[in-house]
Amino acid sequence: MSENAIKNNTTSKGMNVHARRTIAYIVLSILSFLCLIWFYILFINATRSNSGLKTGFTVIPGRFLIQNFTNMINGTVPVLNGMLNSVIVAGLSAGLCVYFSCMTAYAIHAYKFKGRNSIFTFILMIMMIPTQVTALGFISFMGKLGLMDSFVPLIVPAIAAPVAFFYMKQYMDSNLPLSLLEAARIDGCGEFKTFNSIVVPLMKPAIAVEAIFTFVSSWNNYFTPALILSTDKKKTLPILIAQLRSADWLKFDMGVVYVTIAFSIFPVIVVYLILSKYIVGGVTAGGVKE
Amino acid sequence: MSDKKYKHKQKSMVVSYNRWGYIFLIPFFVVYLVFQFIPLVTTIYNSFFENYRSGLTQIGPNFVGLQNYITIVTNGDLINYSKNTMIMWIIGFIPQIFFSLLLGAWFTDPSLRLKGQRFFKTVIYLPNLIMASAFSMLFFTLFSDNGPINSILVNLHLLAQPFKFMSNATAVRCLVGFMNFVMWFGNTTILLMAGMMGIDQSLFEAAEVDGATSTQVFWKITLPILRPILVYVLITSLIGGLQMFDVPQILTNGTGDPARSSMTLIMFLNKHLFSKNFGMGGALSVFLFIITGILSMIVFKISYAGEVK
Repeated sequence: MSENAIKNNTTSKGMNVHARRTIAYIVLSILSFLCLIWFYILFINATRSNSGLKTGFTVIPGRFLIQNFTNMINGTVPVLNGMLNSVIVAGLSAGLCVYFSCMTAYAIHAYKFKGRNSIFTFILMIMMIPTQVTALGFISFMGKLGLMDSFVPLIVPAIAAPVAFFYMKQYMDSNLPLSLLEAARIDGCGEFKTFNSIVVPLMKPAIAVEAIFTFVSSWNNYFTPALILSTDKKKTLPILIAQLRSADWLKFDMGVVYVTIAFSIFPVIVVYLILSKYIVGGVTAGGVKE
Repeated sequence: MSDKKYKHKQKSMVVSYNRWGYIFLIPFFVVYLVFQFIPLVTTIYNSFFENYRSGLTQIGPNFVGLQNYITIVTNGDLINYSKNTMIMWIIGFIPQIFFSLLLGAWFTDPSLRLKGQRFFKTVIYLPNLIMASAFSMLFFTLFSDNGPINSILVNLHLLAQPFKFMSNATAVRCLVGFMNFVMWFGNTTILLMAGMMGIDQSLFEAAEVDGATSTQVFWKITLPILRPILVYVLITSLIGGLQMFDVPQILTNGTGDPARSSMTLIMFLNKHLFSKNFGMGGALSVFLFIITGILSMIVFKISYAGEVK
């Protein structure tokens, strides 16, 4: 290693590798600190009592985590219910999204029909249009269909997800040879059966990545659920967090506030740490091509 | 099912197979029609009507042509809230692109051979997956007048008395920008890294032989080759910035205070949606649709146009 450093030092006029490496480690450590400190403070504060929190910040965790948790469950904000709702909405969204995005991608990938290219172009063009710009028509049309205050408008739209479609399509381009499908046809396998029993299993890695991303974005979504859901029992976690903020929060037990925030953040962190290898790899796979 | 057809005619068989392409597209297009296309048309339609509640009386819907568009531009709302949105986006984006380029260059520099790359990548990407509303609520409690940040600053004697972050326009904007930076720079780093790893290594070797410093290599080789990806990152981030909502909404409890200096376009839209002012909300949505539509076209041209064969 040092040989390399010396060699570099003599050949280039810039800083030597050793110094640059040290700077890189320092900057990376500072940035990592900036990313993690908030969750550390959150964890510490979630373990402390309301009166303890008022005396100032400490570095060591307190002993009130379980009590804060019980207070949260017995409190006015239906957090457990909210978590259940979030799991239902995010889980079903993720399931529908990956299955039908896979199906849409398969239609474009495997069949040569008239208008195929225009449809592909169309889907790519609508990819970046944010849902917020159609939110007004969305809630008024959902009102007409009688779907306000129901989970349907939060789950079913996941079927038409251009980003997931594009990711699946790219994965198919490199991993799903058309000859395989020909073989299935010759063996007399119906088209729908081919899709379900051959294509979907082959797409598992892509399905897993996209399922995680869809689940997380649905889990974190605040804008649309806040417009659609109005009954307390149906609200998802982000809406409940917003309620904590809008209530006269100074009267709240701050330990409970922190434990509620922790409760909505930490499940995602745990899943992420287990699956981080696939998630970080998946970020680029669906992204740009030069 | 297709066995019999197979014996008959190869060509008609291909056509009948390809019919399945349409069948498999049905779910996507039905859902798109009901949940996105009809809403879009309804939104545009609503923007031409006067339709709101004034106290207990419902005004409209009356057709007013382009009046809503004229009102929203002339009363300064659109310009004001666009300005707020852009300021907060820029505060976050400048450090975001700076550190992403730096980190990307370091991670892909073979002469540096940084250790623990996977750890650092995992850590910097983590905030991107965090619920923005919860993250914002956390910042609100941490930076509140008697929250932990103030208590630390006072204990360290950096401040004589607690600083009221939430009553200072610059402080609120910087907090929003900072949160966006923390949440997005990891994502951008990973995107840029993918682009940097795609650069032909022989270019770097040639530069090294010619005695170029790593700074020169970065400015003269890496950056020009990365330009398409940088444009992609810039525009997708701008589209994301225009959608900025969760963080300032929760941080300021939807008020955009102090003095609406942190009210973003989508927060303003959200206000109209809750007060059922569908005319003005519609006009605002159409403006946003046009801007994001133009930006999307640019992204499409630089990144995906080659995908369609």
